[in-house]
Amino acid sequence: MELVKDVPCPFCGTLCDDIIVKVEDNEIIGTINACRIGHSKFMDHKSATRYTKPLIRKNGSLVEVDMDEAIDKTAEILANSKRPLLFGWSSTECEAMGIGVNLAEELKGVIDNTATVCHGPSLLAVQDTGYPVSTLGEVKNRADVVIYWGCNPFHAHPRHIGRHVFSRGFFRNRGRSDRTVIVVDPRKSDTAKLADIHLQVDSGRDYELLDALRSVMNGHEIPYETVAGIPRDTIYQAVDILGKAQFGILFFGMGITMTAGKNRNIDAGICTIQELNQFAKYTLIPMRGHYNVNGFNQVCTWQTGYPFCVDFATGYPRYNPGESGSNDLLQNKEADSMMVVGSDPGAHFPQKALERMAEIPVIAIEPHRTPTTELADIIIPPAFVGVETEGTAYRMDSIPIRMKKLVETDLLSDKEIMEKILERTKEFIASK
Amino acid sequence: MNEIILTPKEQPSVPLELLNVNPDTVAGKSIDEIRQIKIAHGNTEVELSEFFNVKGESSENPSEIRIVIDGDVYNTKRIGYGMQSGEILVKGNASMYVGTEMKGGKIVVEGNVGSWAGRDMEGGELIIMGNAGDYVGSAYRGDWRGMSGGKITVHGNAGNEIGEYMLGGKIEVKGNATTLAGIHMNGGVLVIHGDATTRVGGEMMNGTIIVKGRIDEFLPGFKYHGIEKNIEIDGEVIDSSFYKFEGDFAVKGCGGIVYANASKNGHIVP
Ligand code: SF4
Repeated sequence: MELVKDVPCPFCGTLCDDIIVKVEDNEIIGTINACRIGHSKFMDHKSATRYTKPLIRKNGSLVEVDMDEAIDKTAEILANSKRPLLFGWSSTECEAMGIGVNLAEELKGVIDNTATVCHGPSLLAVQDTGYPVSTLGEVKNRADVVIYWGCNPFHAHPRHIGRHVFSRGFFRNRGRSDRTVIVVDPRKSDTAKLADIHLQVDSGRDYELLDALRSVMNGHEIPYETVAGIPRDTIYQAVDILGKAQFGILFFGMGITMTAGKNRNIDAGICTIQELNQFAKYTLIPMRGHYNVNGFNQVCTWQTGYPFCVDFATGYPRYNPGESGSNDLLQNKEADSMMVVGSDPGAHFPQKALERMAEIPVIAIEPHRTPTTELADIIIPPAFVGVETEGTAYRMDSIPIRMKKLVETDLLSDKEIMEKILERTKEFIASK
Repeated sequence: MNEIILTPKEQPSVPLELLNVNPDTVAGKSIDEIRQIKIAHGNTEVELSEFFNVKGESSENPSEIRIVIDGDVYNTKRIGYGMQSGEILVKGNASMYVGTEMKGGKIVVEGNVGSWAGRDMEGGELIIMGNAGDYVGSAYRGDWRGMSGGKITVHGNAGNEIGEYMLGGKIEVKGNATTLAGIHMNGGVLVIHGDATTRVGGEMMNGTIIVKGRIDEFLPGFKYHGIEKNIEIDGEVIDSSFYKFEGDFAVKGCGGIVYANASKNGHIVP
């Protein structure tokens, strides 16, 4: 048995890079350090519902085909579309994403990632107001006030609290007891139970609470007795505690990005952090979900200038979430074909978007059987990034980490598949 | 006025974009040349005549031209984009971006319109007889400078974040508006005759918002200044009693004003 050390976990945006994986006879037989979700990600990569051959739906049922035929058909569908949508990307490596962006440009299509249904509003707000960030290492070593707003890492990012908040840091050598943990959540979540202060904000009224916090910081008196279910005096006390920090950090999740106000909540949140810098050092980090959802936003921004929802219809990149987002294109019935890579919109998109997916040709580059592959007309199984192939991923704090290859496979990587599709698509377009 | 009549043939599911079909761009062209103007259809370009029958008479002078879209163009975007003079009349619904970056002239849409109507508008008049979507008179994504001049009137209801980052000009909504009306407003006048739900004037720095209907919940970052009667806005006197608020104090140096109809908003007075 071989023990492979310092392995990054290809599951959540915490991207823990201290996993030890036990490998024997080209099989993973166990892990050390991973949380239960991460562990099952390593162990289940070869589960019974794994595809090993490309499939094309013929007369209603999926039929095994060779790779050339699958690539050929994919390129033909995409090249003949007026509004092809290339969606997903968050569970693959940056090199494949880069080729995906090239493909979108070649097709004059739209490319978008899962941020469209999670932290897309954060990306919009960042563009409006800025991005005062730090790394998770700085949090661990320096933070004495930690805010979790609208997120429940206890369950969604299980090692996040342990690695960065409860752990000891250079200036926080007693670990947890050197830090004040504030959780803002309408529910008494398991994360809230660990907090020193739980601000139980009324559901969907985070914007009102942020407006109050900022106004108080600017010397304004709150005219109402309660704001968003929180007594005025508690808000004054919260500002007092926030202002006395040495190094504060705001972690925020979909409980604030996807509730009423969306990007405006994050806009107000970012401004709160900026204004807190008049009292102490304050930064923020979005709690990104998929291990490489951030990677796509990085790659897409450096190649096109925009982080997601990029529309190449005119030949140059245009961007407008609300028009060029995947759900906009599907629900408005604009998209006339869709390629899904490294994500599962079939499980996560609203009904109306799925109805459109059922109407148009869908190509899934996907290792496992998922609700998306049920809707797919072509399925191309890739090697599993971080287990069967390497590549680059960006942690939630935008630190790039190299994913490892642990076992051998015959399958092509997402990158190799994208290269083949791009090459064949160029030929189709040239022959038109 | 010379009329050029575009009669829609069918609206495809992949939308059309009339980026360059307005009085300024068709002036001096023959009807045949107008038929051949390229419009965007998804990632391809087609001639206008593929989706519209074109007839009428053009003119050398764009202010002498009225383009009449004689039917429903619910899946056609960017009507009147960057228009400077003349008139456009849409006798049905239109999709997103009607009158975006408009600088002059007049657009009337008899039906409903999609989002971003009058985005970054600088001048002219945009009249929507039906409902409008979100972001009426807003800024381009990421820009902090929205509508700076002209007038938008929505006779029906409007959606979220109308007047976002507005700098100048006037928006009047005869019906209701949903959340975040006048968000980040930096100037200009926003009048909502109906109700305005929540977060009116969020993070506003300057400008004036008048709500004649009900505001369900008001933001804590505003200061109450008492009742004001017969307020004068833009040379027009509105003869009702209004609660006057100043804010949004979430933003440093703010001086925005929100007037809320006193007969409907007793619940938001501290
Ligand atoms: S916290 Fe996230 S990255 Fe870390 S082991 Fe668990 S699933 Fe993997």
